Amino acid sequence: MRHALVLGLAASVSAIPWQHAAAQAADPTAAEFDKFREIMEQDNPAELFEAKGEELWRARRGPKNASLEQCDLGLGPGVVKGAYAQLPRYFADVDRVMDAEARIVHCMITLQGIKYEELAKQPFSSLVRTPEPVSLVTYVAAQSRGMKIASPQNHPKERDAYQTGKAIFHYRAGAFDFSCASCHGADDKRIRTQPLPNFTKPEQAIRAVQGWPGYRMTGGVMHSLQWRLNDCYRQQRFPEPGYVSETLSALLTYVTVNANGHVYRGPGIKR
Amino acid sequence: MRLASAGLLAAAAALLASCAAPTRDYQPDALAMMKRDFHARGSAGVDRLNEDSVQAACNKFQDNPPQEAAAKLEKEQFAAIKWPADGKLLGDWKAGERIAQNGQGMAWNDKGGVGGSCYNCHQVGPRESSFGTVGPSLYQFAKKRGYGAEIQRYAYGKIYNAKAYNLCSQMPRFGHVKALTEQQMKDLTALLMDPASPVNQ
Repeated sequence: MRHALVLGLAASVSAIPWQHAAAQAADPTAAEFDKFREIMEQDNPAELFEAKGEELWRARRGPKNASLEQCDLGLGPGVVKGAYAQLPRYFADVDRVMDAEARIVHCMITLQGIKYEELAKQPFSSLVRTPEPVSLVTYVAAQSRGMKIASPQNHPKERDAYQTGKAIFHYRAGAFDFSCASCHGADDKRIRTQPLPNFTKPEQAIRAVQGWPGYRMTGGVMHSLQWRLNDCYRQQRFPEPGYVSETLSALLTYVTVNANGHVYRGPGIKR
Repeated sequence: MRLASAGLLAAAAALLASCAAPTRDYQPDALAMMKRDFHARGSAGVDRLNEDSVQAACNKFQDNPPQEAAAKLEKEQFAAIKWPADGKLLGDWKAGERIAQNGQGMAWNDKGGVGGSCYNCHQVGPRESSFGTVGPSLYQFAKKRGYGAEIQRYAYGKIYNAKAYNLCSQMPRFGHVKALTEQQMKDLTALLMDPASPVNQ
């Protein structure tokens, strides 16, 4: 923990360098929660998982007894600083676009010899267990704190991923005819009291990126975007998307590129 | 702050320039990718990725299909509505309120027992302050529209299949996909239509 919470909450609120989202201002409940989150983020439990992730990154593990220190997150082998802010991106060695967790899992498989099936069996956090990729992605994300989101659109496959992700985002099917856009395609909508950001717009798409990976107060566990997307598809009444699948990388490309240019504040806190 | 918003504007402009104009239709790529990547879980089979005629028309035209095609499909959907054999459309509004509150059903972890999820998207009764705004408010539904047979029929039909009235409505087709039973839909209709229902106070 960086500093004790007791050091004057009022002072720390006024010292917050960012403002709570103007789009939220109309909703008093949401505005109150944003304030609460800002205070909580001063002593974010996500930092525990960041530390655990760093330990895992450096440890020699798996059948190949190797660390992840040679993992190429897009800026060259071993470069972690700033890498998260430039993901998802195209990787020539797998000839596809990968998001951060997909790339970390790829490195665990190739460098450490850990099996995908093992990682995909229980990929989401519970009260008793936080999967290693979740801690790792929290560590990697924290190394882009304060940097501008810049998911590239240079390679043709990066542009394909954006367009494919956009089509997936709008694809209605299933028992209830829902798509991602059913909840996240219009302004100023709510499910019950939960405000729904419109991810098709750059100024709101940042809310798909900001705060993730995040410590979720409901349940008190650390979650990554892989969990968030999985739970969206559950509520969308779709079948289940594969863990770190290309579909999810494409969706993350669509929303992240829409959010390009905003400053990433690091792992956060979620309701 | 000014610098930051200038940067955002530039980023948004670059985004529009680079991404706004797809060179081809990406929906076949999207569907092929999803069919590779999704697996069945619980009651949610991979067949749910396939579009029916309504979903296909809405997907193809971004929820805004040509009027003639939309009218034809709406007519088909309407013709498939199964009206109660006993001719009665109103059940018990108290049971309806419980169904409206219940957001369970059809998801891969649901064990059976389907609710209407009404409050997720609509204001309904006056005592529930936790309601969504994806759909219009239904508070005072019949008080505003009247309690007659035509409005009753509209309410029941809309719950049964919203796409029979507005092809690309965001509302699920609760009767058409057999999510709700006939009795549940009668109870929900009563919640909206019964003069004694809190909805109409």
